[in-house]
Amino acid sequence: MITRKVTRKWEKLPGKNTFCCDGRVMMARQKGVFYLTLFLIIGTCSLFFAFECPYLAVHLSPAIPVFAVLLFVFVMAMLLRTSFSDPGVLPRALPEEANFIEMEIEAANGNVLAGQRPPPRIKNVQINNQIVKLKYCYTCKIFRPPRASHCSICDNCVDRFDHHCPWVGNCVGKRNYRYFYLFTLSLSLLTIYIFAFDIVHVVLREYRNFFEHVVSLTPHCTVLEVLVCFFTLWSVVGLTGFHTYLISLNQTTNEDIKGSWSGKNRVQNPYSHKNIIENCCEVLCGPTYPSVLDRRGVMLEDSTSPTSSDASAASTHKSSNPVSQTTKSSAPLIPNEHTPDEAKPSIGAGTQKSTSSPKEEKPPSPTSPNAVAPAVIKESAH
Amino acid sequence: MSSAPRTATERTKLPYCHESFHNLQELRHSASLANKVFIQRDYTDGTVCKFQTKFPSELESRIERTLFEDTVKMLNNYYAEAEKIGGQSYLEGCLACLTIYLIFLCIETRYEKVLKKISRYIQEQNEKVYAPRGLLITDPIERGMRVIEISVYEDRGSSGSSSGSSTTSSGR
Repeated sequence: MITRKVTRKWEKLPGKNTFCCDGRVMMARQKGVFYLTLFLIIGTCSLFFAFECPYLAVHLSPAIPVFAVLLFVFVMAMLLRTSFSDPGVLPRALPEEANFIEMEIEAANGNVLAGQRPPPRIKNVQINNQIVKLKYCYTCKIFRPPRASHCSICDNCVDRFDHHCPWVGNCVGKRNYRYFYLFTLSLSLLTIYIFAFDIVHVVLREYRNFFEHVVSLTPHCTVLEVLVCFFTLWSVVGLTGFHTYLISLNQTTNEDIKGSWSGKNRVQNPYSHKNIIENCCEVLCGPTYPSVLDRRGVMLEDSTSPTSSDASAASTHKSSNPVSQTTKSSAPLIPNEHTPDEAKPSIGAGTQKSTSSPKEEKPPSPTSPNAVAPAVIKESAH
Repeated sequence: MSSAPRTATERTKLPYCHESFHNLQELRHSASLANKVFIQRDYTDGTVCKFQTKFPSELESRIERTLFEDTVKMLNNYYAEAEKIGGQSYLEGCLACLTIYLIFLCIETRYEKVLKKISRYIQEQNEKVYAPRGLLITDPIERGMRVIEISVYEDRGSSGSSSGSSTTSSGR
């Protein structure tokens, strides 16, 4: 008796994400820095719980380790939630939708003379009396919604794209931005907490040594913790402050870095409520958006699709094999957008994407893996 | 099904009702997909989920404008209800934060509840309004909430007899 193996949709998703737990967990491909983050947090806290907490619980208050545990649990929960969840990935357009959009574009552009570059694919929409340009994504074959951007590391368009964070091993977008913010905020508090109580511990020890004529050495771990906390403090607290500023203005890191809403001749931010409290409430207390990627849905044989693109079958096979190329990111915060200038779709055939190059050279037809996969349920005859 | 009108001209005389397609399953088995129409998002109010109510020309001979607009407006209302920022969303957010979001393992978020309502509404609309006219609406969530996909079906019995408006759509 051979059991039928069910193929779930996450196995056929294009993009460079890795999935765990049968599609429940979704992360970027490079996870090295994420493991470092885990190691630093768990390592430092373990040292704190092992060496400082017994002393402080006895000599000061047992509430200190209790609060530290709660804070640690909160930090880990927020980190894992940020890292493992779908940041708001927009699925690629299926062939019919892509063709429909192409036809609309051709109709809008009219006749382009041979040898001439076609005009850039941009749609203008009016949002709250400001004109916002929507760019066309050649990889995903859609006009990106406002505030969405294409992450070249994960090779996905992400809604309300903030940045790709290697420390959490995932993009930060609409769905996980608040968890990311709470992670940085709680990590700042935890770092300050551990740093402060390390100092208190050292002071108390020396005080006791002085008054009780006892010699006891400050453990080396305390010194280690102080060092880690000191360096972490500057970066994490700074990052929390930066994101608090962004939230109060209802901006994303991507928009801030590109200067979308700054400058005299630029458009004012049409998404801001012009009120700090309202902006904070919208970002932090807004609705919890669902994932539109049905990762755990079961793949079915699509018998109604009239598409005849043979390339799609070949490219589906290609996309299901993990691509061996890895794009190592060296910069800590990498806002990414993949726009091709006004490149013709037929120019270039490179499939390697480097993180720093802004130009996309992928031709849309042969390598697009957004096909409807036929016959995916592997049924064994019994 | 045997009483279905065979030619396009006969069909256009009917008041937008095909007797053969009174069942969604019959639609899939007895008709072939002719075309798909995509209703795009309307971003004039920002990033909230809202679809354009502009009536596409491809559907002109298939369905009344008011029925179509009512469907889209109803969907827009549902999405507005899901994304409303107010007392309930704050309460849900704060409660979830206090339980480090573990509460979502037990209860459904408001958005998910509304999505279920939307799914039921679309099913009902398909059964009552769209399938009898040879159309089928796909839930926007299956298309990344980017478009409302309306599939236009043609009766398999009528070969080559396009009703003119649905097959050759090359922009307006």
